[in-house]
Amino acid sequence: MLVYVIRRIVFGAAVLLGTSLITFVIAFVIPADPAVAVAGAKADPATLAAIRTELGLDQPLYIQYARYVDRAVHGDLGRSYIRREEVAGLIVSRFPATAILALAAMALSLVLGIPMGMLAAAYRERAPDNLLLVLSLGLVSIPVFWLGTILLIVGGLYLHWFPLGGFDGPKSLVLPTITLALGSAGYYSRILQTNLADAMDQEYVRTARGKGLSLRAAMFKHAMANAMLPLVTLAGLDFAGLLSGVVLTETVFNWPGLGRLAFEAVFNLDIPLVMGTVLFSAALVVIANLVVDLLYAWLDPRIRLGQQV
Amino acid sequence: MKFRLNAMETIGALMVLSLAVVAILAPWLAPYDPTRAVASTFGDPAAPSRMYPLGTDQLGRDVLSRIIFGARISLTVGVAAMAVTMTIGVTIGLTAGFFGGTIDFALMRFTDVMLTLPALLLAMAFVAVLQPSILSILLVIGLVSWTQIARVVRAEALSMTQRDFVVAARALGAPSARLIVRHVMPNVMPIIVVMAVLGTSGTLLLDAGLSFLTLGVPPPTPSWGRMIEEATTYFRVAPWLAIFPGLAIFYAVLGFNLLGYGFLRRRARAGVGL
Repeated sequence: MLVYVIRRIVFGAAVLLGTSLITFVIAFVIPADPAVAVAGAKADPATLAAIRTELGLDQPLYIQYARYVDRAVHGDLGRSYIRREEVAGLIVSRFPATAILALAAMALSLVLGIPMGMLAAAYRERAPDNLLLVLSLGLVSIPVFWLGTILLIVGGLYLHWFPLGGFDGPKSLVLPTITLALGSAGYYSRILQTNLADAMDQEYVRTARGKGLSLRAAMFKHAMANAMLPLVTLAGLDFAGLLSGVVLTETVFNWPGLGRLAFEAVFNLDIPLVMGTVLFSAALVVIANLVVDLLYAWLDPRIRLGQQV
Repeated sequence: MKFRLNAMETIGALMVLSLAVVAILAPWLAPYDPTRAVASTFGDPAAPSRMYPLGTDQLGRDVLSRIIFGARISLTVGVAAMAVTMTIGVTIGLTAGFFGGTIDFALMRFTDVMLTLPALLLAMAFVAVLQPSILSILLVIGLVSWTQIARVVRAEALSMTQRDFVVAARALGAPSARLIVRHVMPNVMPIIVVMAVLGTSGTLLLDAGLSFLTLGVPPPTPSWGRMIEEATTYFRVAPWLAIFPGLAIFYAVLGFNLLGYGFLRRRARAGVGL
């Protein structure tokens, strides 16, 4: 088990290193001159040269990259060109709003998606399954930014039940949560239906059924345990993805989170902030991956003993 | 073998086909020029009426005509981006799965790294740098969406490479290129088609999202995502400006999803699975 844990951690660190290299390359191809971004367009050449030296831009690329990684490891992601604040500080200050939204959305999508998937699997290839399949495909086909806009128009403008955006108390959380959750709910219900249907065909479930166990009991007691595992993996990864992938929803609802921060950064070509948000969200995915892998190994001895599943 | 479409495939195919027809015949189907102010209510969006079935926007342009022409851009970008996605994903997946060893390891670790990067964020950054145009958008969407396809194709190619008929062909001295093209590729093709159809719903949504963030095809070319973005300023007075383009995106994405899941179901019934 210890060997497995160490291997996963080393693997995660290697992936992050690769990610940092890619973000560094992106920053390098952005044509904006960082020195001009810091000093302004009217700065004289001497000032620009001084800033370049200060930022280390006159060094060879591999040294710049090594310094970037070294600073990132120590929690220093540089300073935003536009906001003139520490990138790490900006990310930390915006993180809670996004985390709350992602948590709420994850909870709602599982609460909706799991029963949908179970119901569909119980009535495989019959009317409820087909209906739920079409419903879930409908849910995943809705563009989130449009759903958000429509919910704002209906719930905020016409019914006056919810505020028209911003993060201000539990009421303001309702519409963005629904916006984010519906698509994932459809997706999870599909995954769970497929896994459950597969599990129900397995010998151990058929044996249980043959012994006279009801469909419901066989599903809850036997099939669910195996069918939920892949769903947990997905949910873990999606959660990390949600934290960074909420750009559209946060834009619609004017939500003061990471997504909007990243959006502004891209628009202003604020390179350190773009790199910082991309690297931070990649780190979240890597950590989520690691946690899920370790949970899996703990739950399923076949994995930690190195057998194929 | 008799090939009969199941209900989902039929509906999905009809939806996709209808979109293609609308996109191709846009100049004949659209009642007005999509980029011209046709209503006299310039500066004030007008509600749907007999003259303008879906209303007009803040510049007096006909919404229906804009949606019809928007199908062109959406389908072009969606399908072309999928082609880019497939080219990258299939090449990487086939190479990794067929050759195995160090090549496989290197390519798949690169895929792992790409998978951790947030696709939309990455696409936004690339498009912002390259300046939005049809070409840059479809290239960028392809660049950020190939990972899943590479993984599936690799797994499939890996299992094919170990099958008897490939091993036999190799023993007969067939070169790698021939093995891939003649023996592995045709057997991986069905899964590639399914992934391409399902993936198009993803590229359509990504394109619409970029347009909504004003990083899509620049105006005055009508694009569904951009229409919704422009409508947010007016949603108090003219909600129809936001509603109809969204329905168009939904229709297009749903069409590809139904078609793709229909294929999947056929495979599940035949016992092959994804």
